[in-house]
Order: sequence, then C-alpha cells, then structure tokens
Amino acid sequence: MTRYITRRLLLTIPVLLLVSMVVFTLIALIPGDPALVFAGGEADPEAIEALRRHLGLDRPLVVRYAIWLGHVLRGDLGKSVRDGRPVREVLLLKLPVTVELAVLSLVVSWAIAVPAGVLAAWKRRSVLDYAATTVALAGISIPNFWLGIMLIYLLAVNLRWLPPSGYVEPWIDPARNLQMMVMPATVLGTALAALVMRLLRSSMLEVLGTEYIRTAQAKGLRDRVVLVRHALKNAMIPVATVMGLQLGGLLGGAVITETIFAVPGIGRLAVESILTRDYPMVQGVVLFSAVAIVFVNFAVDVSYSFLDPRIRLVEERR
Amino acid sequence: MAAGESTLALPTRTPRSEAVGLRYVLHRYARNRLALAGLWVVGLVVGAALLAPVVAPADPAKPDFTNLLQSPSRAHLLGTDDLGRDILSRVIYGARTSLLAGCVSVGLAVLVGLPLGLVSGYYRGPLDNFLMRLTDALLSFPFLVLALAIAAVLGTGLVKAMIAIGIVFTPGFIRLARGQVLSERERTYVEAARALGARDGRILWRHILPNTLSPVLVQASLAMAAAITAEATLSFLGLGTQPPTPSWGSMLNIAQAYLGRAPWLALWPGLAIFLTVLSLNLVGDGLREVLDPRLR
Repeated sequence: MTRYITRRLLLTIPVLLLVSMVVFTLIALIPGDPALVFAGGEADPEAIEALRRHLGLDRPLVVRYAIWLGHVLRGDLGKSVRDGRPVREVLLLKLPVTVELAVLSLVVSWAIAVPAGVLAAWKRRSVLDYAATTVALAGISIPNFWLGIMLIYLLAVNLRWLPPSGYVEPWIDPARNLQMMVMPATVLGTALAALVMRLLRSSMLEVLGTEYIRTAQAKGLRDRVVLVRHALKNAMIPVATVMGLQLGGLLGGAVITETIFAVPGIGRLAVESILTRDYPMVQGVVLFSAVAIVFVNFAVDVSYSFLDPRIRLVEERR
Repeated sequence: MAAGESTLALPTRTPRSEAVGLRYVLHRYARNRLALAGLWVVGLVVGAALLAPVVAPADPAKPDFTNLLQSPSRAHLLGTDDLGRDILSRVIYGARTSLLAGCVSVGLAVLVGLPLGLVSGYYRGPLDNFLMRLTDALLSFPFLVLALAIAAVLGTGLVKAMIAIGIVFTPGFIRLARGQVLSERERTYVEAARALGARDGRILWRHILPNTLSPVLVQASLAMAAAITAEATLSFLGLGTQPPTPSWGSMLNIAQAYLGRAPWLALWPGLAIFLTVLSLNLVGDGLREVLDPRLR
C-alpha cells in the first residue's frame, strides 16, 4: 500500500511542476513592462531600471521562475498590487466562504442526483427515465449565470423570499447565512446534479446487469434493499472517482456564482483581480485552484484503492 | 515509394468507416427524436445568424432614446433595452457572435489537438510522455478559471476570448485523439498497411485519422455547446465581446442592472443561450449514440 501511495505521489510531482510553469508563464506573457506599471508613467528611466533590477525582471525567465517557485514552496505567493496584502493571507481569508458554498452545492446536487439517477436506471426507458435524463440535460445546458439572475428575479425581486445577494458568516448569524446561500448553492448544485445524475444512471445500469444483483433478486430481497444496499454502493464508486472533476466544476462555477450573488469567496476574488489587473492575485488564485484539484485527484485515487484492492494490485505489479 | 505500393492498392477506406456508412448514420440519427429536434433548433439558429440582416427587424446597434426599456409590444416583439435598441434584433445578431465563438474556438482546439494527439499516440516516446504530463497539468485547472486567466492575459475582445477558450479545449482533444490512435495502431488494417510499405504519414493520414473522426465529431459538438456558454460567461463578466457588438452574454450583463424594471432584458438572451446549448448537447448525444460503437 505504501508503495502504491508513494508511486502515485511521485506521479503528481511533474504535474504540479508543469502546473506551476503554466501559471508562471501565463503571467510572464502579459504584454507591457511591470516595472513601468509599478513606477508610473512619470518615473525617470534610471528609477525604472532600478525597479526592474529590484523586481528581478532583468534576469532570464528560467531564473525568475526558479526564484518564484522557491518563494511559492515556502508559502510566499507575493503581494496584491491593489492593496499590498499578501496573496496567501487573502486566499486563506476567502477559502472558508468558497468551501462552504462548495459543500452546500454538493449537498444540493447529490440530494437531487442520487434519487433521480437510481430511479432513472431502475425504471429504464420509462417516462420517469426520459423525464430525468431530459431535465439533467437541461441542467447541464442552462448557463448558471442566467439561472442565477432568474432566481434573483423570481425569489428576491418578485416574491421577496430571499435576499438577492450578500454574505454573513455562519458563526455570526447561521440562519441568515443559510438564507443567503440557498440561491448560490442551488445554482452551483444544479449543473453538478445533472452531471452526477447522468454518471450515476449509467453506472447503475451497468451494476444492475450483473449476476450478483440477479442473485439478490432471486433470493427474494425487496427492490429497495437490492437498489440501495447492493447496487447503489457499487455504482457510487465511479461517481466518487470524478470528485476532482466535480471540484473543478465547483471552483469554475464559483467564479460566476459568487460574482452574481456577491459572495466574497475565491471565485469572486478571481474575477475582481482579473478585472483590476492584480496579476499576483490572479496567479495565486489560479495556482491554488489547480493544486487543489491535483490533490483531490490524488486523494480520490488513494481512497479508491482502499475501496477496490484490484486497482492497487494492478498498479503495484507494473 | 515502396515497391509493393505500385502494384497493390492500399485500402483507403477502413473497416469501420465502411460499416458506418453515411446513410446508416443518418438513418439511425433520424430515429432519435430529441436529437432530430436539437438539429432543427441548431439549424434555425444558424439560419438566423446567417440571415441576420434580412430577418432582424431593426439595426441592433442603433440607440433610440425615445424608446428606452420598452416592454414587449407589436413594434418591438421582445422589447427594447436601456438604450432603446430592439432586443429581438440583438438576440438574432447575438447568434452570430455565439456561433462564431463556438466554431472558431472548437476549430482551433481540433486543429491543434488532433494532430498533436495523433502523433503523440502513434510514436509514443518522450514527446508522448511530455504531452501527457502537460495535458494532465492543463486539465487540472478549472476550465473557467483557466479561460478567464488566459483572457485576462490576452486582453478583452471576442477574438481573444475565442483563443482563450480554444486553448482550454485543446488538451481534451489531444487526449481523445491519442486514446483513439493507441487502440487503432494495433489493429490488423494498420499492420496490413505497414506490411504493404505504407509510410507513417500515410498510415496516420489515410488510415488512422478517418477512424478517429467519429469520437472527435461527437466531442466537437459537445465542446461547441460548452464554448458558447464560455464565451457568454466571459462576455457577461466584461472580458469577451465588447459593446456595441451584440452578444448574449453582454446583454445579460446589462440586464442585471434592470432586473426589477425590465426583466425581459434578462429573459431572451438567456433563453437563446439555453436553447442553443441544449440543442447542441442533444445533437452531440445523438451523434454519440450513433457513432460510438460501445453504445451499439
């Protein structure tokens, strides 16, 4: 087992390195001289040259990358151009908000997707199945910013049931916090629900066709027991393995959802820093989200190998 | 040219492409009513985009300050916006922007991703290793976050947004093409072509490529749907299409400010995106059902 985890961990190193290279190159490619931007248009050439040396911009790209990576590995992601605050500090401040939104969205999506996926597979080719798959396709196709705007119009502007936007920390006012998170979590959860439902349906169909399900049915077990205790348990494995994909969807979706509902998380931070050209912050957010996904994928792979020992054995024999 | 090639004609059509003839594909596709409905709607959107100057009732960029925020009426079927512009005309012209964004960004991703994937899967070796790690890295970024970051680096505008979306889609096509090549290169028809003296280039171009096209076509239609949403999202955030060019995303951006007074501003462009994307997804699903041998 240790060998498998070590091997899998070693495989993430080149990916993480390439992720860091992509993020660094992306920002290094921005046209214009950062020293000129920092110094302002009025500064004299000597001052600009000094600033360029100070920022290390006179060195080759590879050297600059190595220095930057060294800082990143020590947890130093640079400082915001806007207000001079350390990027890491801001990220850590915004993280809990996005985590809360992501967890609530996961709850919403699984609450819709699991029953819908199981029923659609169980009643294959029935009206219920067609309805569930069509609604799922609609859920995937609906742009989440439009769904957000429409929900605000319906539930906040028209019916006045929910506040249109904003955020209150859960430890200050839990009820108000939940009230404010209903719409963002629903918007973010809908697309994910559709994705999970489709995946679960096909995975359930595969499992329902296996011998052990037939045996369970032949034993006279009730449908509910066969479905939940026998089929669902195994059908969930492929769904769990795409957690990385789901996290990617959530982080990407959070960008737009947090912007519409004024939720001060990492997604909104991404948009704000892009619009204000706060590149160290952009760099930090992009790097953080990619690294988070790489580690979630790693964790999923390792936990999967606990759940299904065949994977570990195959990998270890390589 | 190898000696054998002058006397023995190489099979230019491959086994699977013979089995899945165009008529067979069309017949099977037409049996799927939802996919057919999707195709109709896509056709309608393409038609509207192509014939926009003919079918749009007004100039989409011309303000009319005497008709600000008018609700839908006989004069303006879908109402007017904050500058008095006809929303129906803007939605029709917006189809041009969306379809252009979808076609160009996906086209770019296919043009770059397909050859890279083919070569990577066929030759394997260090290039393949490097490309796979690079695609692993690129696929680790949340799709929208990467597209936003690239758009931020490139700057605002439709062309730059299309390039950003194209870059984000490329790794997916590299992986898809490579996976196809890996299974195809071991098949007998490739061995036969090689035994007859065909060069690598010919084997890749004439034999393997046609067999990778079905999944690429399916993926491209689904990617088109995602690209249209991505362009709308970038424009919604102010990073894509710039005013006064009509785009469904930027129309929704404006609509946000008038949600209480003029909700129709948000309804129509959103509905246009939703229906177009849904139809493209239906087309993609329909194509997959017909073209993916595993589902047959």
